[in-house]
Amino acid sequence: MKFIDEYRDRQAAEQFSRAIAATAKRSWTLMEVCGGQTHSIVKFGVDELLPKEVTLVHGPGCPVCVTPVELIEKAIEIASRPEVIFCSFGDMLRVPAHVGDGHETPMDLLSVKAQGGDVRIVYSPLDAVQIARKNPARQVVFFAVGFETTAPANAMAVFQAYQQGISNFSLLVSHVLVPPAMEAILSSPDNRVQGFLAAGHVCTVMGYTEYEPIAEKYHVPIVVTGFEPVDILQGIFLCVKQLEEGRAAVENQYARSVRRAGNRAAQQIIQEVFRVIPRKWRGVGEIPRSGLGLQEKYREYDAEVRFGVAEHTTEESSECIAGLVLRGIRKPHECLAFGAHCTPERPLGAPMVSSEGACAAYYRYRRLSCRD
Amino acid sequence: MNANDPQFALSCPIPVSDYPTVLLAHGGGGKLMHQLIEKMFVTAFANPLLESRHDGAVINLLRKDERGPFRLAFTTDSYVVHPLFFPGGDIATLAINGTVNDLAMCGARPMYLSAGFILEEGLPMETLWRVVQSMRQAADAAGVQVVTGDTKVVDRGKGDGIFINTAGVGMVEHELGISPANVQPGDVLLLSGDIGRHGIAIMAVREGLEFESAIESDCAPLASLVLALLDAGIAVRCLRDLTRGGLASALVEISEAARLDIQIEETTIPVREDVQGACEILGFDPLYVANEGRFVAFISASDADRALTILRAHPLGTGACAIGNVSMVNDRSHPGLVTMKSKIGAIRIIDMMSGEQLPRIC
Repeated sequence: MKFIDEYRDRQAAEQFSRAIAATAKRSWTLMEVCGGQTHSIVKFGVDELLPKEVTLVHGPGCPVCVTPVELIEKAIEIASRPEVIFCSFGDMLRVPAHVGDGHETPMDLLSVKAQGGDVRIVYSPLDAVQIARKNPARQVVFFAVGFETTAPANAMAVFQAYQQGISNFSLLVSHVLVPPAMEAILSSPDNRVQGFLAAGHVCTVMGYTEYEPIAEKYHVPIVVTGFEPVDILQGIFLCVKQLEEGRAAVENQYARSVRRAGNRAAQQIIQEVFRVIPRKWRGVGEIPRSGLGLQEKYREYDAEVRFGVAEHTTEESSECIAGLVLRGIRKPHECLAFGAHCTPERPLGAPMVSSEGACAAYYRYRRLSCRD
Repeated sequence: MNANDPQFALSCPIPVSDYPTVLLAHGGGGKLMHQLIEKMFVTAFANPLLESRHDGAVINLLRKDERGPFRLAFTTDSYVVHPLFFPGGDIATLAINGTVNDLAMCGARPMYLSAGFILEEGLPMETLWRVVQSMRQAADAAGVQVVTGDTKVVDRGKGDGIFINTAGVGMVEHELGISPANVQPGDVLLLSGDIGRHGIAIMAVREGLEFESAIESDCAPLASLVLALLDAGIAVRCLRDLTRGGLASALVEISEAARLDIQIEETTIPVREDVQGACEILGFDPLYVANEGRFVAFISASDADRALTILRAHPLGTGACAIGNVSMVNDRSHPGLVTMKSKIGAIRIIDMMSGEQLPRIC
């Protein structure tokens, strides 16, 4: 299949693998920002093709994983109401709210559904707007989770509902932004990351001009990278080459999708509907200017306001080391709970839930080598 | 899932403790369903036939005359598909072929089926007639007869149009023991054709996904294909049809039951381009997508080439291929592990899904 086969080609992969080995003279630690990249790396075994000089650490780019517990609890509270049709992307449904607090029964959105809540998986937020149009007597809430990648479609849903006067639709917003998270990692005293593979899909929307000052300020190479194994290997090669040459520039490996300025129309709809606000990240804490919330004009579409849950806050479990994993300080299998009392069936923390989560990816594809 | 693991130790009165209520994922063919089966059903009904963890039970029956004992395969399955009609099949073809295939996987010649209908009040009679006609045709095609049945009607809103249960019996006409326990190191895995079509066909109709041409379910009766192997005297060790949970779940089940490792190669597993495309869009792995007309056969290495030739000569097995083999357990802490060499040549574990495959965010 075009755009798939050539980027999963063994010969091309081995070619880049050899080029990386020939280039890397010293040890380097790189972070792939996006959970989709983590998933690919572990699924295809990309890291097995790397020389020992190159270490990959897995970044905070899994939207499911960084959504704070309190938002999951707000979602559960709203979804449990009889008048609500709660719409979400599939992998948010299994994220547990009560994390490691000794609760016998994990409470997630799937359990809400089993207990009679109207929880539906949708493939696009615009489907949720359609559901609202068809069910004027119900309240339809969409769980707007994600990075810059999903923001345009979520913004469009609110914009359309506003334009069409659909008042029974609202968003539970949990949008986060990549560049502030990268800065938070780079400015942390225990940072190990020397180069980044930036998330190709995020940059398809936003372009990569906002990464240029980061590369310069922290003297760190940033390579905008795609999601197939050959993409990732090429991204690593470009990053290692910069490090060996002492350069710190933004380069674009994913040129078949990403332009420097990004997608202007998508950016415009984001700016129309959302504004930049501080956000809590699960396992990391609050990062200033790191997320999106609705503009004042669209405040009535904010589910937190509509259902009066805005003030709800929750402290997170201390047992789960998700925060250290998400910042690349620890690998998933370095957690004592990993594979023992934290598994995809009974996750302690969100990275064990989503297929993009580093812990789940390690559990599904890597238990063997983790034990060695 | 190791039954000796304290985490999974049996306890009374309710051995399933992770969730207080049944979730849809408990029927999804993944780990949650297996835990439910192991902890609740196998525990409650414990007996040696059930212990074999096979698609059906093979029962030894004694005759008092000189003909001696004979073996009967017995199985059951229920069908709750939505929508009732989809490209390549309907609930009726599933209900016949599903049970026929479970019997075939025991190495039996399917013979007689029962049909139980749970109908929802308000179901158009025309729809029911269409289903019944389709069942009749599917039974004829599979060479079985529906010889007994039952009908119940539930209040409107308490069913989804039609639920069907079929049970079936078949004769085992050979001396082989076909079950996970008979799989041996060195056995070769044969796959009867491309994977993932049924799951994607259903998904496409259910979710309104449109492709250039409709993806049709692979729903088909597999008995004649299996009997072709057995009639040729192939040393068949184990058979498993790929249903919910897909190829991956079937292999993990067999590997754990046989306590042997299985290695497969991703490049050898056929997936049609349209199915692959749909999986890429939805974030699904074709290894976990449902099939209704495909099976894996574990064959003694010395017979593998001959078996492949026989499969390929059959209309339902033209795409058959060898996808891997069996070896002794490498890591003693695990009851049996399935690994796959990925397209770029690295090795990864194949595990069961936890619940249902959920579409990813991005």
